[in-house]
Amino acid sequence: MTTKLFGEPIVRREDARLIVGRGRYLDDIGHFALGVAFVRSPHANARIIDIDVSGAVDIDGVHAIYTYEDLDGPMAQPLPVLIPHPDLTAPRTGYALANGSVSHVGEPIVMVVADDRYLAEDAAERIAVEYEFRTPVVGVEAAERAEHAVHEDIPDNVAARLVQEFGNVGAALRDAPHTVSFTQTIERSASMPLEGKGVHARWDAVDESLRVYSSTQTSTSVRAAIAIKLDLSVDRVEVIAPDVGGGFGVKIVHPWPEELLVPWAAIRLGREVKWAEDRREHFISSAHERGQLQRITAGYDDEGRLLALDAHILHDHGAYTPYGIVVPIITSTQLLGPYRLANYRCQVDSMYTNTVIVTPYRGAGRPQGCFAMERTMDRIADELGLDRAKVREINLIRADEFPWDHHLMFQDGRPLIYDSGDYPSMLTKLRELVGWEDFEARRAAAAARGRWLGIGMALYVEGTGVGPYEGGHVQVLPSGKVLVSTGLTSQGQGHETAFAQVVAQELGVPIEDIEVHTGDTRRFAYAVGTFASRAAVMSGNAVALAAQAVRAKALRIAAEVLEVDVADLDIVDGVVGVRGDPGAVLPLASIAVLSNPLRYAFDEASKAATQFARFASDEQPPVADDDEPGLEGRDYYSPVRSTFASGAHAVIVEVDPGTCAVTIEKYAVVHDCGRLINPRIVEGQIHGGVAQGVGGALYEVMAYDDMGQLQNASFMDFLMPYVSEVPQRIDIGHQETPSPLNPLGIKGAGEAGVIPGSAAIAAALEDALGIRITQMPLGPSQLFDLIRAAGDGHADHTFNHARRSQEESA
Amino acid sequence: MSLIEEQFTVSLSVNGTTRPVTVPARRLLSDAIRHDLELTGTHVGCEHGVCGACTVLLDGAPVRSCLMFAVQAEGHAITTVEGLADANGRLHPVQEAFRDCHGLQCGFCTPGFLTTIAAALEEYEPGADVSDEEAREIVGGNLCRCTGYQNIVKAVGRAQEIRTERAGRADGDAATSAGR
Repeated sequence: MTTKLFGEPIVRREDARLIVGRGRYLDDIGHFALGVAFVRSPHANARIIDIDVSGAVDIDGVHAIYTYEDLDGPMAQPLPVLIPHPDLTAPRTGYALANGSVSHVGEPIVMVVADDRYLAEDAAERIAVEYEFRTPVVGVEAAERAEHAVHEDIPDNVAARLVQEFGNVGAALRDAPHTVSFTQTIERSASMPLEGKGVHARWDAVDESLRVYSSTQTSTSVRAAIAIKLDLSVDRVEVIAPDVGGGFGVKIVHPWPEELLVPWAAIRLGREVKWAEDRREHFISSAHERGQLQRITAGYDDEGRLLALDAHILHDHGAYTPYGIVVPIITSTQLLGPYRLANYRCQVDSMYTNTVIVTPYRGAGRPQGCFAMERTMDRIADELGLDRAKVREINLIRADEFPWDHHLMFQDGRPLIYDSGDYPSMLTKLRELVGWEDFEARRAAAAARGRWLGIGMALYVEGTGVGPYEGGHVQVLPSGKVLVSTGLTSQGQGHETAFAQVVAQELGVPIEDIEVHTGDTRRFAYAVGTFASRAAVMSGNAVALAAQAVRAKALRIAAEVLEVDVADLDIVDGVVGVRGDPGAVLPLASIAVLSNPLRYAFDEASKAATQFARFASDEQPPVADDDEPGLEGRDYYSPVRSTFASGAHAVIVEVDPGTCAVTIEKYAVVHDCGRLINPRIVEGQIHGGVAQGVGGALYEVMAYDDMGQLQNASFMDFLMPYVSEVPQRIDIGHQETPSPLNPLGIKGAGEAGVIPGSAAIAAALEDALGIRITQMPLGPSQLFDLIRAAGDGHADHTFNHARRSQEESA
Repeated sequence: MSLIEEQFTVSLSVNGTTRPVTVPARRLLSDAIRHDLELTGTHVGCEHGVCGACTVLLDGAPVRSCLMFAVQAEGHAITTVEGLADANGRLHPVQEAFRDCHGLQCGFCTPGFLTTIAAALEEYEPGADVSDEEAREIVGGNLCRCTGYQNIVKAVGRAQEIRTERAGRADGDAATSAGR
């Protein structure tokens, strides 16, 4: 029997090249390519009066300077609205180069192509743009007031009003024994991969074909976009995602202006052209996420049962809507979490502001939804004086109630039906893991040391593995090497390992013989992309199906050669054997040779497949009508709907009363993503997600001033966690509730770790301080201000704070 | 109009090999290593010295190659991630440890961590204990967006274990040959 690989925490196969410096990232390609720099808008809202390139155009080594006037055909049209939606009534996108106006700082206006990036930047500095300033709209509240418009023909700044609704919220709130209303905000952050975006393009004039490398999360779709925008037949374009230095969502957006302009310039100039984004460009011209203002009203009974929830959310989507309203859809559907609810209404107003676009960042609207629901649970518990865990427990969907239909439409246009899960057991495990019941003793001990300790928890459900499909191709070469291809891309998720584990297991070959390729349209042209925790579910199942097809064909050929029944055959370590007959064996490599009838022999092995050597019936053609040459298989996995993973986090924080510094004393995670392909990789995903959750809860903000200038557009000022900011340990408990929706029973794991971070940490801070927390993130300065405001009566204490004070004085 | 700057030919000694490069004074060491010498294992994450992805060793000490000019590196011995393995191609203990501990995901920041940790471990004798606190201190100046640092901290300890194991084997070999 082949060594069991599915479910084993094997070390990653891609690491061999990455730890010795032999990865190949975008800027590692094309040392002699021409360099690109952009003149980007320094203003958040302005009309462009004039562009004067005379100071730059004659510089030796400058090959071209392009403005909107130079763009032709589809390139001169606005960038696409990638995901149209009926509720997106006022969509707006920018142009590859600004067409007469700019709507955020960082928008590209002029493209300079020169011998190298240094010279291109020198030339860009000599280009003068004259602007007519307009008052920028910054922040959703300013957008809602609509005293100024981001786009003149959209005076209310509203791109979309999305309403998700079931039951009768109005009546249920009127009838509820108790109601509570509150408003809270969550700040902007961003994916912020260590490698920025980048594009390299080479036009082959002889072949009339274009090869583009892009640091993208979707090479197939970038290919389609380039073909359409550059008016090329798609078969003339190939797009490859090389090693990608992190994505986290920002690289799923496409086509970025640069993804079109770089190949467009490469064709016009007949030269290799490359642009590698620098960090400041990434801050001001790539996407952000998270920013929302949430107005929530909840109705509940004496035991804490949530009877109705009404949420009105202002979502800041920045200057344009290229990625549609996916983030609002996810917030408004995933807000429901693991809870039963009969009456729900969520309205999300997606607002234009003069800031960089907002598109999915790991979690993609779920952290905000989780923040809304989990803080509601905390609020109910506080109002009633109940244990926060108990209030959650009474509202949970029970394990025997699946599938659970929320009667809403999810982000894939499919019904929001939870396929499986066991939320009560998850909550029980979490309480044990974090020490929920013993916490008061711990709090008292810390108080004796003069420290404030608090505990919080947050639960979530995450729709993963969204369609429409992914495909897989598995081919056994005559050398015995097994090539596996899938079209989606990789940004560090260990696909080369996980997909190899799946194929090794399904086909029965040693993993060492397998080579996995992703994100290369030459190898696999049909794909969607890597986002929404979908790669393992979609491509994992697709390569499994393709491997099964190869296995079936190998067994059929072997049965003919060995003159036995297929049912008596098995494949172990890449060799087909007959059960009970150790002598009768046929390696897959030999079957691969035989599968391709030959006229010409190139080596000893291939002689076996030639016309005068090959076993064949006189009455059958060498390739049967329903067959094809080669030992390979291709198949697709397309789910009826998403599969829903779940998890629960609990955190204990300590606040230093003197400095307001926050230390995470304990961080516990219970995680259920169905069957695990590789637990080591899943845990790594959780670790990384938790760190991003902590960053979003305590450190990361996009500090826009009133003029729309991003004040902290560098790693010096945007506080991404170092090791000193993350929990020293993350305790992880796995729960495996297989998905009934796919053959492997898996659910996605990529985004989970980040989702409940802000909600859980807000709850823990509120518990530590006894002051209501209605904004995240919170750094020491904000906590200090909050404590002072509470002392002055300008911020609210929790009811629990009053109860504790009474107990202490009694 | 010409903006062409004065060029300087300097000898860069990288991973034991000295090669001339002709560069303007402002050419960053990181760009010279990556694009003139085509050693692309060194990565550039911020170009302002904060992320640490571009860390190389200059005479054994970690420096941010994006904060130095190539012309400043003449006369110094530079080690990049490509030079961490020994002459026989055996991985440096920290490279082995990163693989063993799943200390990397996308791999972009990894070369900076590897060089930084390799230099730091030179301060420890094989067999000496590197505590988790010391490990966190060692990697405290490098950014990683993927791993949450959990397995990077583990990898520091594991790298020291491997150093110790290798030193033990080397001692054993030495004792065996001495006894002959």
